[in-house]
Amino acid sequence: MNFQGYRRPSGSVGVRNHTLILPTVICASETASRIAARVKGTVTFTHQHGCAQIGQDMERTFKTLAGIGCNPNVAATLIIGLGCETIGAEKILKVIEREGKPTEMLNIQDEHGTRRTMKKGVAIAKRMAKAAIKMKREPCAVSELVVGLECGGSDVTSGIAANPALGVASDMIIREGGTTILSETTELIGAEHMIAKRASTQRVGERIYEIVKRMEQKIKAMGVDFVGGQPSPGNIKGGLTTIEEKSLGCIYKAGTAQITEVLEYGEKPSEKGLVIMDTPGHDVESITGMIAGGAQLITFTTGQGTPVGSAIAPVVKITGNPRTYRTMRENIDVNAGTIIEGKETIEQVGRRIFNEIIRVASGKQTKAESLGYREFAINRIGPTL
Amino acid sequence: MRSTRKALVLHNRDNVATALSDIEAGTLVRVKVGGQAIELIVNQAIPFGHKFAIKNIEEGQSVYKYGEVIGRAIEPIKVGQHVHTHNLESIRGKAGQQRWEAES
Repeated sequence: MNFQGYRRPSGSVGVRNHTLILPTVICASETASRIAARVKGTVTFTHQHGCAQIGQDMERTFKTLAGIGCNPNVAATLIIGLGCETIGAEKILKVIEREGKPTEMLNIQDEHGTRRTMKKGVAIAKRMAKAAIKMKREPCAVSELVVGLECGGSDVTSGIAANPALGVASDMIIREGGTTILSETTELIGAEHMIAKRASTQRVGERIYEIVKRMEQKIKAMGVDFVGGQPSPGNIKGGLTTIEEKSLGCIYKAGTAQITEVLEYGEKPSEKGLVIMDTPGHDVESITGMIAGGAQLITFTTGQGTPVGSAIAPVVKITGNPRTYRTMRENIDVNAGTIIEGKETIEQVGRRIFNEIIRVASGKQTKAESLGYREFAINRIGPTL
Repeated sequence: MRSTRKALVLHNRDNVATALSDIEAGTLVRVKVGGQAIELIVNQAIPFGHKFAIKNIEEGQSVYKYGEVIGRAIEPIKVGQHVHTHNLESIRGKAGQQRWEAES
């Protein structure tokens, strides 16, 4: 099966055609936002990192920022740096350039401040956006798709309606030769034995136990119960009592496929099929990691409802809660509440989700896109210096 | 699937059911467990999405949903009672140390 996508010079396929203004560091975020606000067809995000970081933590932020520029939804990137930060614009430029896409940079200090950076930045961005408009969608195979699986604001309907239906869609993508990413390691705690059984090799199975243990140890080092953090107060209000219960409901969104690989945060899959990425249960950090790893589209199940989106990738919102669909329809793309109401089967809704993925991949705007949502957060693993 | 159902048992090993609508205290509820219908009185108000016991559960006994352990009972739970944070605790989510008393 095909969808209509943008073929990039490296051969990868985008479902959007963004000109990205990428700030390397918090100190360049405001300038990047002001440039993006002046040029139609550009996207940007703000973040609070890029400096006063060391070691693996710095490495993770660097790879995430570079990965966002490499994402096939990005046609061209203008990097805005300050000039004195740890993660310099040149380093990020070198990685993104390898994709063969137009990539340029400006450092605010080299340009002697705001005015000249803005003037030059707007001119470069306009040129990039003008070139991007000329690019045309073409038929591309579903096997080119990397789809992130996310859930947030979960309630009991997530585990019995929305996630099982998304699991059906995930299996359909994989049958077409595509890739889906199961994320949120915290929400494997108590369900890892079920997931590890589906590992393609013994090593993949061991890696699943490893990442869960690592996450559990990190949380337990805080010396307090998970409750209130996981499950969240909203989860508990919705009827979820323990992390085990939440996790067992979460894994349904990964369908029934074999797990072919376990990725670090922001890492690009080297295998097709169902892969796992080690991300936290924090929705925006998790989504950002998957997009940095090359996911062109995110599917997001929610019980209580959430407006969250991304500047880079469309986020398809699915709710299993009929009440949430009624009250937050402006934020929800697919109603899976029909399962709870007994009007549709899990299979039927799963096929609807798959069809919606194809339509959105071919250009249909999601609710989060039309409302202009662009949340972005990088997962940190070290102290701020 | 019938649209009139009030609650759902996800696996025949489960000792709790999930409410698919708000259930008032004293309601007679019929649920299917492994193809067999059982009837029980729900003796506490159960909000949509919350759980109630379909078997008596001893203190310290595992609570099953999806056919898997979701935690253990911290007090005896009778058939028809609400099962939530007041009588069910996580095994994996415990700090192994003193509880953090956020409210105190």
